[in-house]
Amino acid sequence: MEVGLVLLPLLGAVVAALVRSPERRAWVVPAAGVLHLLLLIGLVLGNVRAGRGFWLRLDPLATVILGTISVLFVVAAFYAPGYLALRRDRDNRVFCSGLLVFLAMTSLLALAQHLGLLWVAMEATTLATAPLLYFNRTARSLEATWKYLMIGSVGIAIALLGSLFLAYSAHVGGAEPSLLFDDLLAGAGSFSRPWLRAAFVLLLVGYGTKMGLAPLHTWKPDAYGEASGIVGALLAGGMTNAAFLALLRVYRVVNAAGEGAFARELLVFMGLVSIALAAVFVVRQRDLKRMLAYSSVEHVGILVLGIGLGGIGVFGSLLHAINNGLTKGVLFLSVGNIHRAFGSKHLDEVSGAISRLPVSGSLFLVGFFAITGSPPFGPFVSEFTIVNAAIGGGHAVAGTLLLVLLGIVFIGMGSTVLSAVQGRPGTASAGTPYKDDLARTAPILVAAALVLLLGLWLPEPLVSLLERAAEGLEARP
Amino acid sequence: MTHPVDILLVLVILLNFLVLGTPSLRMTIRGAALQGVLLALLPLLVHRGFGWRVGAIAVATMALKGLLIPGLLEKAMRDVHIRREVEPYVGFVPSLFLCAVGTALAILFSGNLPLAPEHAGTLLVPASLATLLSGFLVLTTRKKAISQVVGYLILENGIFVFGQLLIEAMPFLVEAGVLLDLFVGIFIMGIVINHIRQEFSSLDTELLSELKD
Repeated sequence: MEVGLVLLPLLGAVVAALVRSPERRAWVVPAAGVLHLLLLIGLVLGNVRAGRGFWLRLDPLATVILGTISVLFVVAAFYAPGYLALRRDRDNRVFCSGLLVFLAMTSLLALAQHLGLLWVAMEATTLATAPLLYFNRTARSLEATWKYLMIGSVGIAIALLGSLFLAYSAHVGGAEPSLLFDDLLAGAGSFSRPWLRAAFVLLLVGYGTKMGLAPLHTWKPDAYGEASGIVGALLAGGMTNAAFLALLRVYRVVNAAGEGAFARELLVFMGLVSIALAAVFVVRQRDLKRMLAYSSVEHVGILVLGIGLGGIGVFGSLLHAINNGLTKGVLFLSVGNIHRAFGSKHLDEVSGAISRLPVSGSLFLVGFFAITGSPPFGPFVSEFTIVNAAIGGGHAVAGTLLLVLLGIVFIGMGSTVLSAVQGRPGTASAGTPYKDDLARTAPILVAAALVLLLGLWLPEPLVSLLERAAEGLEARP
Repeated sequence: MTHPVDILLVLVILLNFLVLGTPSLRMTIRGAALQGVLLALLPLLVHRGFGWRVGAIAVATMALKGLLIPGLLEKAMRDVHIRREVEPYVGFVPSLFLCAVGTALAILFSGNLPLAPEHAGTLLVPASLATLLSGFLVLTTRKKAISQVVGYLILENGIFVFGQLLIEAMPFLVEAGVLLDLFVGIFIMGIVINHIRQEFSSLDTELLSELKD
């Protein structure tokens, strides 16, 4: 039945394409999103019988990542009708179908237990999101789409070469010719080490490009900067997590082959470079969406850093994937509302967001405190775990550096966010009739509540799920 | 060196130089197309037994890389009335030089990697890496959107050559998926190219430089 997680959104995409009325079409997206989430919950609880497929399987790792994406998708999807109602000037057929194809392909990616299938799904998510980025049909969104498509495709191509290297490493080692992860994990001990190392470097570069790790992040500020709130949320919370999962699947194989130490060094390095670069660019950033893009570069850096540190860092990193995904939903959707109200996302025109939009402005502020790791929100717990892993695991330098950089990001983002939400709205915002209403704030409130809840209380089933997912990703003695 | 596979691969490498050295856009597209046709023959030579799977791959590769995609690109080129890649970011002679350096490095690098006995002595790995690097060069040093797509195509060609080492380990479904993705990717790029033309009345990606910090 796992295949339903892929087929259901695809069916939704076809329905969305066939529905005539733009208003009704916009509701197909949340309907399909809810069904997807229900099916996923059914599979996890065992109410829906899971198949014993070799190619598609809902293992703990897939559950963590796909669960996050599905919840985030439902949040964004319920925001969609309210958003699209404001954009009656644009045909939303491609947009609605594109959103659902994206959900289908990320599901396929999460479930894929085959190196090649994983790659195909990653490429398909890239292609599905390109039309979403170009929804506004402006010269700027076109530029962003072109960069996204070119850099993304090259990244994916390098990931393909890495996958082939990995397969060849197995072939030279005399393993059975199979690209199923089960077989790769079982035979990893005999793999040819030089090919394996080269494979991991290429896969890190390839999937790292999709995650937006520095210095492969150059498409990210442009794409996120020009994306609408929904698309930004799905890219920053969904696409990055999907690419992270792809990297984790590969890392498991490399770890099983006994090259984990080599891979972890690279991950720690890439993680710290990403966080440092984000800290440099986030300071004095006057464009709100570009600021969020650099925040995303920072957080994908934290994700791979946690894995690289090993130990409880792996648990922290997987928890952070959930927290970061949901918080990015809060931030991008509320910035979308601010963008609408002020007709701009730039500090030159945006100020006094809380007095202009009490709900969206406050939610944006809440999102800022959450993403920068302030208690009592979810990201605080996961970032604290990762810092602990660094200090306790003998990576004192990395841990100190992480703390300093997190401080810089907090101050840098803080000055931008505070000058956007505080004060009085300028004259520019008087011209737009946009007002906060339930359709465009309730979904954000739900996401913010979840982020708060995860900071206050981690349910026991979630902890055990994360522990099972971390299995095989920790350092091998 | 007299193995037929190696002769084919030398031609593939020479085509990299042709694509990088010519200012004619039509020649770059045709060069990439010819490379695609040569690559379509590769599975038949590497995989001695002529099964239906290998045959299907060869036919699909020929149709996509040799005909369909170059056809789309040539149509895009005719629609926008451009013939030449004027002033690339890096001149033709320096890019040829870089391509030669890349090819030499590819040969050196692949000498350090252990090969399975049945592949020892063939040019598959160096040709793959050299083609990949040339594709990357075309992609990064050219201004015209169509040239960049050709670069992507050549990069994918390089990966296809490497895929030949693994033809037994890759089920048909995956190979079909790879080809389909390539096609859809180039198709979407084609649509974007069309929009760039409408928006800017030109295909210089240099005009796409408004977004920066």
